[in-house]
Amino acid sequence: MALLEIEGLNRAFGGLQAVSNVGFSVSAGMIKGIIGPNGAGKTTLFNLISGLTAPQSGSIVFDNKPIHGLPPHEIAGRGIIRTFQNIKLFAKMTVLENVMIGVHRNSQAGFFSGLFNTPRCWPEEIRIRRKALDMLDFLSVAHLAGCDASGLAFGQQRHVELARALAAQPRLLLLDEPAAGLNMRETEQLGIVIGKIRDLGITVLLVEHDMSLVMNVSDEINVLCFGRMIAEGKPREIQKNPEVIKVYLGDDHA
Amino acid sequence: MSCALVLQYLLSGITSGGIYAIVAIGFNIIYNTTGIINFAQGEFVMLGAMTAISFSAWMPLPAAIAAAVIITSLVGALVDMVFIRWLKRPTVLHMIIITIGISILLKEAALHIWDEKVRSLPYFTGNECSSIAFFGAHMSPQVLWVLGTCALVVLLLTLFFKYTLLGRSMRACSANRTASVLCGINVKNMVTFSFMLSAGIGALAGCVISPLTQTQYECGTPLAIKGFTVAILGGLGNSAAAVTAGLLLGIIEALSISLLPVAFKDVVAIGILLVILFFKPSGLFGNKEAGRLKEF
Amino acid sequence: MSLKRYLPIITLSVLVVAVQVAVSLTGQAFYLTQLTMAAYYTVVAVGLCMLMGYAGQISLGHAGFFAIGGYTSAALTTADFSNASHGWLGHALIKTGCMAAAEDLYGAHLVRLNPWVACLAAITATVIIAYCIGLPVLRLKGHYLAMATLGFGSIISKIVVGTKVFGGADGISGVPPFTITATFGVCGEMQYRIPNYYFAWAVVICAALLMHNLVNSRVGRALRAIHGNEEAARAMGIDTARYKLNVFVLSAVFAALSGIFLTHYNGGIGPSEASIMKSVRYVAIVAVGGMANLWGAIAAGAGLNFLSLRGYFGSYDEAVFGLILTATMLFAPQGLLVKPEWLAGITAFFRSSARGRGNGAS
Repeated sequence: MALLEIEGLNRAFGGLQAVSNVGFSVSAGMIKGIIGPNGAGKTTLFNLISGLTAPQSGSIVFDNKPIHGLPPHEIAGRGIIRTFQNIKLFAKMTVLENVMIGVHRNSQAGFFSGLFNTPRCWPEEIRIRRKALDMLDFLSVAHLAGCDASGLAFGQQRHVELARALAAQPRLLLLDEPAAGLNMRETEQLGIVIGKIRDLGITVLLVEHDMSLVMNVSDEINVLCFGRMIAEGKPREIQKNPEVIKVYLGDDHA
Repeated sequence: MSCALVLQYLLSGITSGGIYAIVAIGFNIIYNTTGIINFAQGEFVMLGAMTAISFSAWMPLPAAIAAAVIITSLVGALVDMVFIRWLKRPTVLHMIIITIGISILLKEAALHIWDEKVRSLPYFTGNECSSIAFFGAHMSPQVLWVLGTCALVVLLLTLFFKYTLLGRSMRACSANRTASVLCGINVKNMVTFSFMLSAGIGALAGCVISPLTQTQYECGTPLAIKGFTVAILGGLGNSAAAVTAGLLLGIIEALSISLLPVAFKDVVAIGILLVILFFKPSGLFGNKEAGRLKEF
Repeated sequence: MSLKRYLPIITLSVLVVAVQVAVSLTGQAFYLTQLTMAAYYTVVAVGLCMLMGYAGQISLGHAGFFAIGGYTSAALTTADFSNASHGWLGHALIKTGCMAAAEDLYGAHLVRLNPWVACLAAITATVIIAYCIGLPVLRLKGHYLAMATLGFGSIISKIVVGTKVFGGADGISGVPPFTITATFGVCGEMQYRIPNYYFAWAVVICAALLMHNLVNSRVGRALRAIHGNEEAARAMGIDTARYKLNVFVLSAVFAALSGIFLTHYNGGIGPSEASIMKSVRYVAIVAVGGMANLWGAIAAGAGLNFLSLRGYFGSYDEAVFGLILTATMLFAPQGLLVKPEWLAGITAFFRSSARGRGNGAS
């Protein structure tokens, strides 16, 4: 049963058709990779799914309910959480507080409890803190909990952003180029982490340039080029697909 | 309302509209080159008029005005060099607060150099009683001076930005600051010059409107608000549209006197500002791209 | 909840008492009047600090909310409701104490509205207006937001000066005391000077307590996230528009409350309280104290307002605030009263050597 169903998605910016008649589905529990050369429309696709941009036509159905056109915070509230290509941590907050924000969508305390510090919200605060620390632990960065988020090394920031996304207990996790800026060893570790995430029952949709990571980790891969989907299948099949090879390596090698 | 009365209102509106347009153009020049909105723009207008009034006591009027324009331009340059030049990557909030602070300092300096008395320059031709008949309406010859000055400023600025090297360099800075630096343009000097230019034309506007509206140390702030309204109305950064928008605001304001009590005349301009900001921040003539603010 | 978290509040309370005792003992009790007024102005700064420092939204029109609070309660408590006191509604209101018979200066019979009712009406008006204004205004950013709030403050200022009900250029005077208990009311009378001082600072401490709680709560985190990166906050499920609006309204209520109390204390209010200059002052105070520094805002608010009210700045009053604004933004954009880096470095050094460990980052 498909968790996410996309059909006939279209989005243009000015004269440029960024996403053109894209459709595919993601089954629960799978890891699906989206690859394609630069400018293929991968980030636009993510922005469309997460609600940062609205599609001009087409439909996005999540868990049998349409989500296209909803504001980003509502889509996040339904369980679709994303990370960003250029890491967007919250400056002037500690690592722990950044991850605690992840738990926001699953907690209740509002303005009144906040202002008067009512005892009703104390257990929830403890729960939020616990969850955040657990996620930091899962990604082996618990020792950074008290540090200022902006002072971390790049690889550590990636881990913190991932912890924050996981703290939100997503049903569908959108990873936007998570291996960008990582070296080979860190990329391997990332692959293992993504596997562990799938073991937690989270469906993963992954946009990536690093071929070894995508091929190793994905159950299925979709290839985008100039906004259009040109191939879909298992990693083995995609590697042999002549269209895909032409797009990446040019005509001579087809 | 009789035709002559409508015409009277229109003339009054066009006169103030022209001044608003010049203040708006001053905003646009600085905004285009730097991405800053200079809340102190109104103070340049006030300073120009005040300086000219002081000088006119012992200089012939044209010389006093010329001197005032030059001195105010230098004040503009000083403002940039003392306050703006050595800011490192300020946030928008910081820029707003700094220019507000500068505006207050200039206003208070004016208060202590002159005083809170209302003054004005003498009429350029004739006096307060002379009037020209125009299709049944009466207007002071000063109105022609105002309109003529506005037209001249717009014309000269258009020629300047299109045909002179300095003007083109400034346009380059506004389009792409980094690329301009790489082309060898001294961006810091361009910024200073844009402040000088804005201050200068503001001063000229102040001088020419002074006989009609009187000058006082506080007259800068309401002018700045209206100038900003006009700049936004036309689309921030677009000076040609600012002229149209200025005339539009002036006329609407003048006609509103027939409907609202005079005390609420200023509310019309602010109301228009809020309406535009809420519904179409890119202005009447702007597109969505222009609606997004520039970075400093 | 640990005592450490409330240390600043306790320090402030002790300081408030200490100042009063010192001032009374040295026979300079007249300082208390300005300190009381400064306290009410500080309440505005506390609310604005939450809006600007933590939620990251600038407001150049908060004097407008102060004026809405002050003018509404002033107008309602000085108005004569004799015409409305007949009929069943009028009698019901008098019976429940909402309205009461009174005498004016010349002994004529009046019916006055209870200050509590007026206060409630003023707060309600503020909340409604703040929601109506905040909804469209908070969608704007940067210069547009600043100008829109400036425009709002300007409109309030013009309405207040141009309307007869609000006394025009003279403002409203003869505002009766705000009776809190049977023996005490917020008013300017000499005999109540010390209780009024404590009441005012109690209001500040309550406001600070509420804000302090909020900052450290789930909502406070969400606000700081919005300030840090609004897009990422939305992607985490935070309804940024709703949070910004609620904080805006909350800060407006603080300003209005301050206006209400100060109006009763002064016995009146004038159009200068709604002016743009006053709004700029509030922004200056928050900027000097350090945008996201609640205690800095209180210190700056108390200090600067006290000096200004005592007249220490003379005719250069506005210029001083302009200078403070500019200088702070140029030299100390993080605020003057925020721990500078070198001090933080020294503190960290002593802390780590006390623990006997060599590594710096903790």
